[in-house]
Amino acid sequence: MKHTISALVENRAGVLARIAGLFSGRGFNIDSLAVGETLDPTVSRMTIVVRGDDRILEQVCKQLNKLIDVVKVLDFTGKEFVGRELLLIKVSCTDENRLDVASVVDIFRGRIVDLNPKSATVEITGDEAKIEGFLRMLRPFGIKEVVRTGRIAMARQIEKK
Amino acid sequence: MKGCEIVIEALKKENVDVIFGYPGGAIMEVFDIFYQSPIRVILTRHEQAAAHAADGYARASGKVGVCVATSGPGATNLVTGIATAYMDSIPIVAITGQVPTAMIGNDAFQEADIIGITRPITKHNFLVRDVDDLPRVIKEAFYIASSGRPGPVVIDLPKDVQQASTEEKCPDSVEIRGYRPTYRGHIRQIKKVAEAIAKAEKPVIYAGGGVIISGAHKELRELAEKAGIPVTTTLLGIGGFPEDHELSLQMLGMHGTRYANYAMVETDLIIAIGARFDDRVTGKLSEFAPNARIVHIDIDPTAISKNVAVDVPVVGDVKTVLKELNKIVGEKSHPAWLAKIKEWKKEFPLSYETGGGMIRPQFVVEKICEVAGGDAVIATEVGQNQMWAAQFYTYTQPRSFLSSGGLGTMGYGFPAAIGAQVARPEAVVFDIAGDGSIQMNIQELATVVINELPVNIAILNNQFLGMVRQWQELFYDRRYASTCLARRKECPKICNEPKPGCPGYSPDFVKVAEAYGALGLRVEKEKDVVPALKEAIASPKPVVIDFVVEREENVFPMVPAGASLSQMMGGMA
Repeated sequence: MKHTISALVENRAGVLARIAGLFSGRGFNIDSLAVGETLDPTVSRMTIVVRGDDRILEQVCKQLNKLIDVVKVLDFTGKEFVGRELLLIKVSCTDENRLDVASVVDIFRGRIVDLNPKSATVEITGDEAKIEGFLRMLRPFGIKEVVRTGRIAMARQIEKK
Repeated sequence: MKGCEIVIEALKKENVDVIFGYPGGAIMEVFDIFYQSPIRVILTRHEQAAAHAADGYARASGKVGVCVATSGPGATNLVTGIATAYMDSIPIVAITGQVPTAMIGNDAFQEADIIGITRPITKHNFLVRDVDDLPRVIKEAFYIASSGRPGPVVIDLPKDVQQASTEEKCPDSVEIRGYRPTYRGHIRQIKKVAEAIAKAEKPVIYAGGGVIISGAHKELRELAEKAGIPVTTTLLGIGGFPEDHELSLQMLGMHGTRYANYAMVETDLIIAIGARFDDRVTGKLSEFAPNARIVHIDIDPTAISKNVAVDVPVVGDVKTVLKELNKIVGEKSHPAWLAKIKEWKKEFPLSYETGGGMIRPQFVVEKICEVAGGDAVIATEVGQNQMWAAQFYTYTQPRSFLSSGGLGTMGYGFPAAIGAQVARPEAVVFDIAGDGSIQMNIQELATVVINELPVNIAILNNQFLGMVRQWQELFYDRRYASTCLARRKECPKICNEPKPGCPGYSPDFVKVAEAYGALGLRVEKEKDVVPALKEAIASPKPVVIDFVVEREENVFPMVPAGASLSQMMGGMA
């Protein structure tokens, strides 16, 4: 099962290596990891999607908490949250089917951000179900390349300090 | 003040009066200040020994141990010692020199990314790039090393940072927003523990190194006596509960006593205190404690429900939690349960075969206990010597047994004994060693001779890497691959029958001792064991006693790796 964890960490050199090392050293699998500064420039937020059962998830959260550079860990499992991912997709299209591609992109509220005679580059954001659906619809045209940011997430409620 | 001076000022402020170290190009600035400072510098002969000595010092005293080494190879030589301390939750601070900041990453001479290397084996580590951060970093390092679940911390100091000046002063307090260990257990959970104890008919306390780290031996004894609960300890928990107490089951696990392991199988309530359900303790997990509810008191939340699902977790400092628990736990006795344990003790005591003319290693350990007495500090190497030292010596005091439990580091015992002797100059200190492991840090004989540290080394010399040989005997059809230390070129390719005509052993430990200026004794007969031990203790010199023992003696009882605790093999029973 996939779980989304959000960790507030010190914005310092070496912190990413600490967290990546923790996952590899303890045999946890990361599906995706996204990092960025928060409103407080001394703190970064890492959104980590991890696979495993409840026991593994519990260990992941505890082990993250144990790192000195980790200020706070939030586990979104079973909680209300907004999860989004940004993708850039290069899809084949020709004069014959360019309009078909454009209409799929339109339906999913994506954007064509670059176009040339043989392909289109599409930008899309969304939750996992939408992204999966979009990729399924584009696949018949021929997807050449996908670049994903990994999921970022935010709780629907205001975080308690 | 220059960075190197800050180091010494900060160490003084942390009440450090001794460090173990080895100089080199990238740490010369710091040693230059040590040269004229009141802090005692014990120069080891290998950086690994400096790390182990700092660890032994910490275990014997309860204070933070400090080791200092140079960049590159100096730092990497510390690694085994740091990992040893990490696995056993020992507070040490390791200060390493580093190449100047401008050269970091350029593969400079004696450069190693020691921060990257030690990240998974430290509680935390710091690369100090700005001298203004240094006073705060040292304060944080000592705080992190010694608080919560203790552990090693590395401070990596580039040479230019040691030379640079700062106006910053060493702070008095420390505040780390990502690190706030929980000391007080949740009172509702503690009440649940008391309730579980009230309901249990066959409870057992399983106490680990946390009892010693937290200084909770008195509280543990009070709990055991008040609620009438027998106590078994892990290897690291040895000394946390007096082994001559009628409620003591001594050590459990792979080479634990039969009665401790049988109690773990039969019990209806395990109260785990500062222990972590290591695989050497639990045996086969699916068959571990089949009938028991499990209470787990530990300061480290990650230790709880890691290997074994826990029914009543209590996160907190062992001593603080036990104090609260002792207030509310009911007085109780379990006559039927204790009678059963007494029966097991009578039927399956720790024992060994006698006769055959050769000294039995277990006999040597028993005699060390008799002659050195309850106040001695025993360090061990790793392997058979370690298990016999755990089994056949009766420990009654905390911080009297120093052993690498988690990492199982051969070569740990002798330098750890050095650290213990420095911490407790008046104590009788023994390193119980094997002839294999003593050679992993034997160069430290120079350190003990020169510093006049009267450490005693008892080598249980069976000319084998005994524990591996034992596994080969039991599980590999007696194929003694690379475990016979007497083996020479002329030996047959396959040899599993050591006999009197075997080639001579190297080295001659007595001559080695003498070459270094220590006293060397060789003991080949049982009757000479006690006189040699007495001579060693009386001698102001460091002493090496080469006990020539039965070659193929095994450590029993034994739970084979991966088997259930109920499947014990060997021993007299």
